[in-house]
Amino acid sequence: MPAFSFNDTLVLAAIMFSVGLAGVLVRRNMVFMLMSLDIMLNAAALVFVAAGTRWHDAAGQVMFVLILALAAVETAVGLAIILRLHAHGRPTLDADTGNLPEG
Amino acid sequence: MATFLLPLLVLCPLAASLIIFISAGRMGARGAGTVACAGIGVAAVLSIIVSVILLSGPTGGGLQVTLWPWVHVAGFSADIAFMLDRISMIMILVVTIVGLLIHVYAAGYMRDDPGIARFFGCMTLFVAAMLVLVLSSDLLCLFIGWEGVGLCSYLLIGFWYDNPANTAAARKAFYVTRVGDVALLCGLLLLATATGSPRIGAVLAAVTNGQVSASGISMAAFFILMGALAKSAQVPFQAWLPDAMAGPTPTSALIHAATMVTAGVYLIARLHDLFVMAAPVMALTAVLGTLTLLMGACAALVQSDLKRILAWSTISQVGYMFLALGCGVWQAALFHLMTHAFFKALLFLAAGAVIMRARHEQDIFRLGGLRHAMPGLTVAFVIGASALAGLPLVTAGFYSKEMILSGVWHVRFGLTRDWTVTGHPLWAMALLGAFLTALYIFRCVFIVFFGKAGTVAAGRTSRLMTIPLGCLCVLSLCGGVIEMPDTLPSLHLFSALLDPATPLSHADEPVWLVLAGAVVPLAGLALAWMLWGRPSSVMRGARTAGGPDGRHDVLSRWQDIPDRAGAAAGGLVRAASARVFAVRAGFLDMLARWSGRIGRWGARMLERLHNGRMRWYAAWIAGGLCMALAVAVLS
Amino acid sequence: MHALALLAAGVTVTGAIMVITRRVAVHAVLYLVVTLLALSVVLVLLGASFAAMLEVIIYAGAIMVLFVFVIMMLNLGQPDSQREKEWLHPRAWLGPGILATIVCTELLYCATPLSGPVRLPLPITVHDVGLSLFSRYVLMVELVSFLLLAGLVTAFHIGRHREGGH
Repeated sequence: MPAFSFNDTLVLAAIMFSVGLAGVLVRRNMVFMLMSLDIMLNAAALVFVAAGTRWHDAAGQVMFVLILALAAVETAVGLAIILRLHAHGRPTLDADTGNLPEG
Repeated sequence: MATFLLPLLVLCPLAASLIIFISAGRMGARGAGTVACAGIGVAAVLSIIVSVILLSGPTGGGLQVTLWPWVHVAGFSADIAFMLDRISMIMILVVTIVGLLIHVYAAGYMRDDPGIARFFGCMTLFVAAMLVLVLSSDLLCLFIGWEGVGLCSYLLIGFWYDNPANTAAARKAFYVTRVGDVALLCGLLLLATATGSPRIGAVLAAVTNGQVSASGISMAAFFILMGALAKSAQVPFQAWLPDAMAGPTPTSALIHAATMVTAGVYLIARLHDLFVMAAPVMALTAVLGTLTLLMGACAALVQSDLKRILAWSTISQVGYMFLALGCGVWQAALFHLMTHAFFKALLFLAAGAVIMRARHEQDIFRLGGLRHAMPGLTVAFVIGASALAGLPLVTAGFYSKEMILSGVWHVRFGLTRDWTVTGHPLWAMALLGAFLTALYIFRCVFIVFFGKAGTVAAGRTSRLMTIPLGCLCVLSLCGGVIEMPDTLPSLHLFSALLDPATPLSHADEPVWLVLAGAVVPLAGLALAWMLWGRPSSVMRGARTAGGPDGRHDVLSRWQDIPDRAGAAAGGLVRAASARVFAVRAGFLDMLARWSGRIGRWGARMLERLHNGRMRWYAAWIAGGLCMALAVAVLS
Repeated sequence: MHALALLAAGVTVTGAIMVITRRVAVHAVLYLVVTLLALSVVLVLLGASFAAMLEVIIYAGAIMVLFVFVIMMLNLGQPDSQREKEWLHPRAWLGPGILATIVCTELLYCATPLSGPVRLPLPITVHDVGLSLFSRYVLMVELVSFLLLAGLVTAFHIGRHREGGH
């Protein structure tokens, strides 16, 4: 039997996604929120690859590549925002103060 | 040769714009103006040449150029392709020639502005985008031009960006047209997916062959109509155009006459085969056009800002075009578009010169008696006003409006299979609109140019500004004689030019139809003279002396009629209406109170929801995800 | 489920949990790198070697460098030597190091041709992926290029240093 069955991969992806979601909801630091988002994206990508293996279709890895591009854009823009806020002299990277004009 | 000239036609203004932008203001006022005028001038010459080539070719055909394939994937392909047929020929002639006159004028008008290079760069880009829009034979390519026009209008309306009001007006124009753009994109993509090709010719052929379901056609036509309404500032998207006066006057002239607001009219005229198949949407177009023309005319009647009067009059006149489009006489719409481009450009340019010489005073009640100080501008403005009002026989506006009116008179809307509605009510309202048009524009003329002197005029109008005004005067007077109603010497050059196969002729139309169209503007002029023109006119002191005294005279004369039956009937009606009013008022009050209460409550709930915390939103997303999963699993 | 698979999945989940529970951002980044490496092992075991390669090179390589870079820029306030000392403390790198060693061993074990007992599923090669990517999904590639361009412009615009920014 193969090392991973499809169900095992789904369970792994679900766990990773939940961990990432918990990170987004629990952590207030924006850097950590971005990392958690990356974990969630990886979980989604894992499901695509597993499905591609299951039905032996290259589309799964195509989706993986697209998700990779999405993650790169998301990280770049998110980090740019963080840098910008930091450059404005905000003492914290607390996401909950992001709505205040001079927070 | 024509295949070579057609891309060049777009390239000229684009190149001028690029040169001006790249030079980044190092060229100086004279240089930027010269480059811009040269670019548009070459485009104008080229458009005349390609028109001659097109007309000398076989009838019915068009010039096709595919520049390069843009996207080619399975199931979808789009090209950058241009097509010149007779509709787009009219449009490129109008855009380039009127655009050239406006540019020459602007070279004089904007001479002393520090941002003149940016101004001319945007203006030429505007013309280039409009040329792409009218020439493209591919829906996606057309959308590029459509967005380019929107972008340039944003840049030009907010040209004097130091003033927050101007940037707010620019943003408003951008947002409102954006709503329409989304609708338009939906419509275009619906069409492209339903017919399998974004080429306009293929789409129209597929639609007329019945390859698309009736509901699909109606949906696509409706979305495209929404896009066109937003671009052309029709009800319910009319709000952005009056604010767009924040830009420089040549910009307003360009937006109103040649480029922006005519894009919607052009689009529907281009896709008229599609709209013919969607009868309810046609009826909706006609009704919205009628509403807009009445509303624009009424709004123009009470404005006191000279440029705003002209803005509302544009909305009203474009309403006429939509009425014509809704009635299926797209030839009339294009004809009116052409004449409107002439006289509206003339009005704006003359108004700009007047305002400039009156030290930037735009309130018509503070201007006054200017006919002694600037006789030339007075003549130009009066010619434009007459053409706008459609004074019979001598102006271009008369013939185009007459064509629309006769088209509306003859139309029958087949809403369902056995329920047809005639266009006579719309005709009556359009006639009322013509009356109001004459009334408001001559109100403006009489107040600004006649009567007591207001502000002191200073300076002279430069030669660069007077030459375009002269050309536009000639066009506004004589541009209409190429198409005449059958009652007059029957002459149908314009509609024959557009569509040689089916000339638009109404041989059976009664004489009084033309007479009505001719008399109504005169009546409006006469009323305007009585109210504002005479030295001791009724309304002249209206703004200062509280209320118009004339109304009392009229009322007292009516009351003198000794008619007891009438009085009794009046009392009865009054009692009944008071009763109805009480009931209605109570009901409306309740409605208003409850809707207000519900609205406030909902707003408070929504406000609590939108607290600006990112994690709170993320939690909501996660909650929704869990709900969706639960539903999917449990069901 | 194979022991190798269990190990890789365990490292992945452990790393992910450690990421969201660390207090110092640099530690979290280290754990995130380990998580991604472990995930690439999972991908290899799924027969998606191309995806695993991309995961290591682009994700663990390029995107994580971005994170490290930004975190270093954010901490400019502290004196450099103190920061260095804090980072080099064994407490910081011991956990990620152990996990990374496990993953590395596993990766080597998978990669050697002698790894008899592991039976990988029928692999989907780069060839298949490339063919699919540039024939059926070429419109998607175009859209993603739009997205990347938009991201580039946005990041440039937001991150640009303005003189006396307000």
